[in-house]
Amino acid sequence: MTTDTLTRTDPQTGKRDRSRGRRGRIISRTAMIVVGLGFIFPFIWMLATSLKSTEEVFSTGANFLGSHLAWSNYNTAWTLIPFGRIIVNSFIVALAGALLTTTVSLLSAYAFARFRFRFRDRLFLLFLGTLVLPHEVLVIPLYIMMNKLGLVNSLVALIVPFAFGAFGAFLIRQFLLTLPLDYEEAARIDGAGSFRILWSIILPLVQAPLAVVGVFSFIDYWGSFLWPLIVINDNTQGTIPLGLSMFSGERGTDWGPLMAASTLAVLPSLVVVIVLQKQLVKGISMGGLGGR
Amino acid sequence: MIVLPEVNSEAMPAAPAAAPERIQGRAQGRLAALYLAPGMLGFLIFIIIPLVSSLAISLYKWPLFGDPEFVGFDNYASLFSSDPVFWTVLGNTLVFAVCYTVLNLGISLGLATWLHHIGKWGPFFRVLFFIPVVTPMTANALVWRLMLSDNGVVNSGLAGVGIHGPSWLSDSNLAMASLIAMSLWQGIGYNIFVLGAGLSNISPGLLEAATIDGAGPWQRFYRIVFPMLSPTLFFCTVMTIIGSFKVFTQPYLLTLGGPGESTNTIVLYLYRNGFSFDKMGYASSLAWILFVIVMLITALQFSQQKRWVNYDN
Repeated sequence: MTTDTLTRTDPQTGKRDRSRGRRGRIISRTAMIVVGLGFIFPFIWMLATSLKSTEEVFSTGANFLGSHLAWSNYNTAWTLIPFGRIIVNSFIVALAGALLTTTVSLLSAYAFARFRFRFRDRLFLLFLGTLVLPHEVLVIPLYIMMNKLGLVNSLVALIVPFAFGAFGAFLIRQFLLTLPLDYEEAARIDGAGSFRILWSIILPLVQAPLAVVGVFSFIDYWGSFLWPLIVINDNTQGTIPLGLSMFSGERGTDWGPLMAASTLAVLPSLVVVIVLQKQLVKGISMGGLGGR
Repeated sequence: MIVLPEVNSEAMPAAPAAAPERIQGRAQGRLAALYLAPGMLGFLIFIIIPLVSSLAISLYKWPLFGDPEFVGFDNYASLFSSDPVFWTVLGNTLVFAVCYTVLNLGISLGLATWLHHIGKWGPFFRVLFFIPVVTPMTANALVWRLMLSDNGVVNSGLAGVGIHGPSWLSDSNLAMASLIAMSLWQGIGYNIFVLGAGLSNISPGLLEAATIDGAGPWQRFYRIVFPMLSPTLFFCTVMTIIGSFKVFTQPYLLTLGGPGESTNTIVLYLYRNGFSFDKMGYASSLAWILFVIVMLITALQFSQQKRWVNYDN
């Protein structure tokens, strides 16, 4: 209010505009904080519920966290289902899946970007076309295939079928195309073979897109639900999303432990986003759209 | 998560013709085949073959245990003529797709623009909105089920201001709306990110020049921001529509497709046919219908992009 009155007396200097801009920014930021808090509320509620006793989950009292912190929910979550095992499975599947995806993507990207061969562009286009194919269309034949191979209830069945999408190869190829060929030429003159070039020259240069492909596929494997639901029916072979769906029984849902397990399921993704936000920004803008 | 490339020729940088000159043509082909082998083999085994088999399976009566029996187009015929659930499911999926896509693009464009003008806080909030995109959808969906239950926190909040909250998930009129709301919360962060990247590529000088020439905010948006953002918006529209047709986890965990069939969707019905009713063939015909719908809509969008997507800037 005071600044407003003050600047109004001196319109020539343009101070008024600036203070209005500042006030606008304060209003805008305050409003954004409110929106952001509302947006993030489900996670706050997840955490709060994970610390409430069963009787208090639905109590509408003033006490946001219940009368005491029920850390026991975390113990219960751990014992109600084989949660430790499930977390280990999730890490194995997500890490192996990410590793397989990035390796295969890098090899394909290298071939598509640096070699000339017949049908290259047509093959690449066909490959790209499947980016818009809903994976859900494939689950029935994939299940029959896994069943025939005796791989139902195995982690292999969770990892392998979804490591061959076109996204990773596309992203890395885009990046490779922007890199000059000079180093490779020099290495070739010095007698390096193509694999040596890939390993010693290309690999260090493509770390950024490689990291993006790795992180995105880690997150995909970590959160995947439909496929594990189909191919796993043994509690000890499941991953976290499947584990969470096990908490609802005939006698209702045990919300405290379920939210404790959910909190644990959310944490790794949260860490990934916070630690790797810069790479994620870069990766998303690299995904064929930022650059124009 | 999938990022759609722009497949039109201008957008696709040509692979350099100056591929390793020293390696002769045929040797180059052989080397390329070596590097492509793992990727293309996997692509063939886990994408192309299942896609084609899915079409073949859809022509069979195919129980998991027991012999498949060829029935021709019977599965499709019964879907279209004697399965009322199919039409409900199709309608629900379309309603979801339309509402979700329109709202998602509107909200994320609004928030992306807002964040673009908010200064140094922008990146922080962008990350915040991105969080539900990467956290497991099952965890996200389950906490929403808790919050939206009859005596959950949403209704107790409403009670605090004197409103008697409805049954968000068991009222057939509201269940779909609840699913859409949850899905928007889950999904907008991705488009906010992508649109934010698009916005930051618009040169501020251009907007400044327009302001000096007397363009108001609306004109600036309509004449500069929108055309320059249109390739990004096109990308977001295509991907959001495809994503919305695949909706499964939300109805599975929030409403079990109910009440009645009011939130049953194509993929949920596909899952049930294949794995609860043991009708793999029937499920496959659903899968192919989903595939054809998604392909048609995507093709339509690509054919229409010249009308509003501006690649020459």
